[in-house]
Formats: sequence, structure tokens, C-alpha cells
Amino acid sequence: MTDQMDVPELADEETRLLPADQTLRALLEGFPDARWSLSAGQDVVHLPSERLREFAETARAGGFELLSDVTAVDWTSRRPRFDVVVSLLSMRHRLRLRLIVGADAEVQSLVPVWPGANYAEREVYDMFGIVFVDHPDLTRILMPDDWEGFPLRKDFAVGSVPVQFKASHRVT
Amino acid sequence: MTEAREEVDLWISGTEEPDWVLSSTDEGAQEIQQEESEFRLREQLGSVVTDDYVFDDEISDDERMIVNMGPQHPSTHGVLRLQIELEGEIVRRTKPVIGYLHTGMEKTGEDLTFMQGPTNVTRMDYLAPFHNELAYSLAVERLLGIEVPPRAQTIRVLLTELNRISSHLVALATNGMDIGALSIMTYGFRDREQILAFYERTTGLRMNHNFIRPGGTAADLPPGWRADVKAIVDNIRARVVDYDDMLRDNPIWNGRTRGVGVITAEECLAYSITGPTLRSTGVEWDLRKAFPYSGIEQFSFEVPIGSQGDVYDRYRVRIEEMLQSARIVEQAAEAMPKGDYRSDDRKVTPPPRMRLDESMEALIHHFKIFTEGFRVPPGETYEAVEGPRGELGCYIVSTGEGNPYRVHVRAPSFYNLQGLPIMMADSLVADTIATIASLDPVMGDVDR
Repeated sequence: MTDQMDVPELADEETRLLPADQTLRALLEGFPDARWSLSAGQDVVHLPSERLREFAETARAGGFELLSDVTAVDWTSRRPRFDVVVSLLSMRHRLRLRLIVGADAEVQSLVPVWPGANYAEREVYDMFGIVFVDHPDLTRILMPDDWEGFPLRKDFAVGSVPVQFKASHRVT
Repeated sequence: MTEAREEVDLWISGTEEPDWVLSSTDEGAQEIQQEESEFRLREQLGSVVTDDYVFDDEISDDERMIVNMGPQHPSTHGVLRLQIELEGEIVRRTKPVIGYLHTGMEKTGEDLTFMQGPTNVTRMDYLAPFHNELAYSLAVERLLGIEVPPRAQTIRVLLTELNRISSHLVALATNGMDIGALSIMTYGFRDREQILAFYERTTGLRMNHNFIRPGGTAADLPPGWRADVKAIVDNIRARVVDYDDMLRDNPIWNGRTRGVGVITAEECLAYSITGPTLRSTGVEWDLRKAFPYSGIEQFSFEVPIGSQGDVYDRYRVRIEEMLQSARIVEQAAEAMPKGDYRSDDRKVTPPPRMRLDESMEALIHHFKIFTEGFRVPPGETYEAVEGPRGELGCYIVSTGEGNPYRVHVRAPSFYNLQGLPIMMADSLVADTIATIASLDPVMGDVDR
């Protein structure tokens, strides 16, 4: 099933789809390697991970003043293994945009662009173990500091904690 | 004996301030102002981002003290822990420490079917369960590509707006309690109880309803709901205005809330802070207006905004929002369309109870829906609603199975908490709890 979700090869310049919205169109012009698509009617841009910060800076300057969310998806067997998903919001254009970048171990932090990415990136690090380069304080946020493993990875079993019931040892 | 007392109690009213008032815990010493640090200013404006633990080198460590507040503290609204760095009685830096309520609900969401999903998300922000369910259901419905009948949409609007009122009543009540206005605490909870009683009649539960589901709602509104809703709206209209009259010009309330916990619009945007906190700074931003959902655009309401971004403005915005929500509830009750309360798409809607007795296929279908769940086409989507605390979003990835591959909830409290260190910087310890209460964080939402 995961194959269907894979990012196809980047299309040629000629065949590249462009959004109808002028703001998005202008934003994408400087990024020929960004691939725009519609996912269930919503604007999504797939980016090479090394251009994330650059694109974010351009987007912020282009009217996306609020970062609404950062999260990730684990596609266990795929390379790159993770998708880092960034949801942006432009209040003045009433527009949402979702950036998706593939990441294996690390990805550029967006905290220098939107300080509000701080907690969200810590959460993604905490849950998936993706390192955000240039993050000011990349520590665990929800799990205990000495926790081993990254809970939202697909290979992290839900598991169980051995609970010892005194009654079960009682021989009647 | 009397003479000895007079020597110690040097400054009863009117007397001169003695020279030994040096400690900043003493009265009169609160005028000590922090030196204007350009770095701190830039940090607060969001142009410079630092670790929460960066030290100002100007002041030596021994003048500072780090105090832990929480996680077990009555005014932290749950298990929020704050590491507060004090210089005398002035809060210099704050670091929220969260995760004490983390139960891995996003991981749990991957194991539950799309049908069971709302039972999970409704427990996240337990003061706004309907909004959580709505965000989840909207995301699933977008992936399914189904339309929800008008009656279901209006029921959703009715319930979520009632939920906004009940949630804001708790915010108002606890804000009052933390500041010491105990009357408003009892009043707020009393009026919320009336709304919760209506939820109980409608959904069977006071909280954690699992009522708004992909495809519509779980049931129709109960008999006599119009009278209930009318009673609630009339009550809220009269009472909320009363509470506002009680607090608006109250000198103690004003003294404790005006100019306290200030945040600017730029800081809100930089730190992804939404909801009443953002609106209190003067930004007119409401997802109900910007990206309307569930047909809320057909009702007329206004978006109240503040100007100062302090605790008082957040309180005013919440009061006004309650009245606006009451308007929407009234309109929704009047305009309630006839028809089905859930989609007629047999893929997601279980067959009616009557059919189970006569049709084997219906029984099998019913069984399959509740055991395996329905399959959702592959794809990913993000849907957001305007929760009582801000943008409440749900990101769902489906690979075509009966349960989601990934569920993520964009919790408004989680992001809003980033504003706390800004609001509390260089304020007094006594203002801390007023600031936390005005931010109205729900720890179930923060930690998930």
C-alpha cells in the first residue's frame, strides 16, 4: 500500500502542474524542483529536503505568516523513510499550503523562520527521532528524558508493561 | 509592649518608608524596573530565537532563583509544570515542562478504525470534545469524499457552539478562581452544568461524547431539544451579561487583569498562537469566517477582538464570543433542517436497526462496519476547525485500510503554551496564575 503514496519522479519543467492561485504560482516560480499537487482538494508541495528552509523563508515573505503545524509520517520501508509535513497558513490570502519533505535522519529546522515551530519540532523529534538541524533546544518534550526509542515509529511496538499482580502468585 | 511593637511596625499607613526596604519582596520595592535589554526585546519580538535556557550574563546567578511550579498545583489547570526563574519577585524566564499527561493517543489512533476514531480524539481536549470529533470527522469525510446531510451539519454547528460556551464558562470560572473571585467560579460551573445536562440528554454522556462521527452524528437530537436549547440560550444571554457587569468595572478585577500577561499580534503570529489569545491582540482571525465548515457561513455572527492583548482583553473576547455563540445556537435551532442526521452512503453508515431483523446482508454489513470499519481511500488531508482555544486541526493519512496510517491532532493549547514565557517575562509572581488561566490551556490537549 505504501507504494501508492510514494513521491513520483519530479516532472519536467514543461509538464509541471501549476496551481490556479496566483500567490502559490508566484511562490513556486523560484523553485523548479518543487512539485505542486492537489491532495483531496488541498494544495500540497513536495520539496527536496535541502530546500525546505529556503522555501519557508520565501513563503513567509510571500504572505504565509503563520505556521500551523509540523508533523511527520513514518513509511518504514521507503527511502527516505519519513515525510515531514508542514502546514502553513496565510491569513491575508486565506490560503493553506502543506509542505512535504522526505527525511531519513535529519531535516532543516524551521524555528529560525517561524519560532512557533519550536515545540512541534521537539515533538516530532521526540516521537520519530528526526533531528532538526539548527533547532535551539532539541530535547524530548512529551516522553521522559531517559526514554528509549521513538514511539510513533511504526516499528515501535505498542507492547505492554509487565504488571505484577500479587494475587496471581498466590497458590490456593 | 506597645512601644516594642511600634518599633518593628514602622510603616503602618502614612508613615515614611524605612531605609531597610531593599528586598524585592517588600512593599514599595516593586518599582524596580528591569534594564532594557535589546536582546531580550528582539527575543520577545520573535526576531531572535534562543534556547529557553539562555542566561543573561548581566546578572549573576546568585541573584536568581529557579522555582518549580507544578505539576501538582491547583492553578496550573492540570499537570502543567513551570520552571520559573525569579529575580526577587519578578519572573525573568519561564519554561513550561509538559508531557505528564502524555498517553500516546496518536499511536492509539492508528490502531482504532475510522469509526472508533472519535472515541479517541474526544478525550484529547476534554473541555471541547465536540470540536475534536468534528475536526476528525471532517478530515475522514474529506478523504471519503462524502457529503453530510444538512441536518447533521446544523446539529454539528449547534453542538460545537454550545461547546464553545461551556468551554469559555470554565475558562471564565477558573480565571476568576485563580484571581480570587470565587463567586464567578461557582456561577460559571453552574451554567456549564446546564449545558452538560443537555449534552447528556443528547449524547448520553456529559463529556467524551463520541457523537459527531464520520458521516454525520450518532443519533438525532432528543425530543424536547428546542425547549432545552432555548432555555440555555436565554440563560446564557442574561447571565453572561450579569457576570460581565459584575467584573467589567470591578476595581480588583481590573487591577489584576489589565496590562497583565501582555502579548503582541506579531508575537502571536510568530509563535503560532491562535484563538481568543490572537484575537485579544486585535487580529480579526476566525476559521469560522476564513474557512467555514459545516455550513456555519449561513449564520450571522461577529468576531470580537481586543486591542491590548492582556488578560483583561482575553476575558472580554471570551465573554463576547459566548454571546456570539448563543446567537449562532439560536439561529441553528431555528433553521434546523428536516431530514436524516447521517449520510445515506451505506459504506460509512450502518443500516438502520429495523433492517437488521429482516435482512441477513444488513446484519453482516452492520457487523463489518463495527468490527473492521469502513475503508477510506488512500490520501492525506488536514482539516481544521475553530476550537475554543484556537485552530484545532486533524491530519490524517490513509493507505486504504480500515484504520488510519497516521493521525495527528494540531492541538491549540500545545502551540499556545509557547506564548507563556513571553507573557510572563518580567511580570510579578502574583500575575503568573492570572496569565496561565487567561491562556486557558487544557493539558489533555497539550500532551495527548
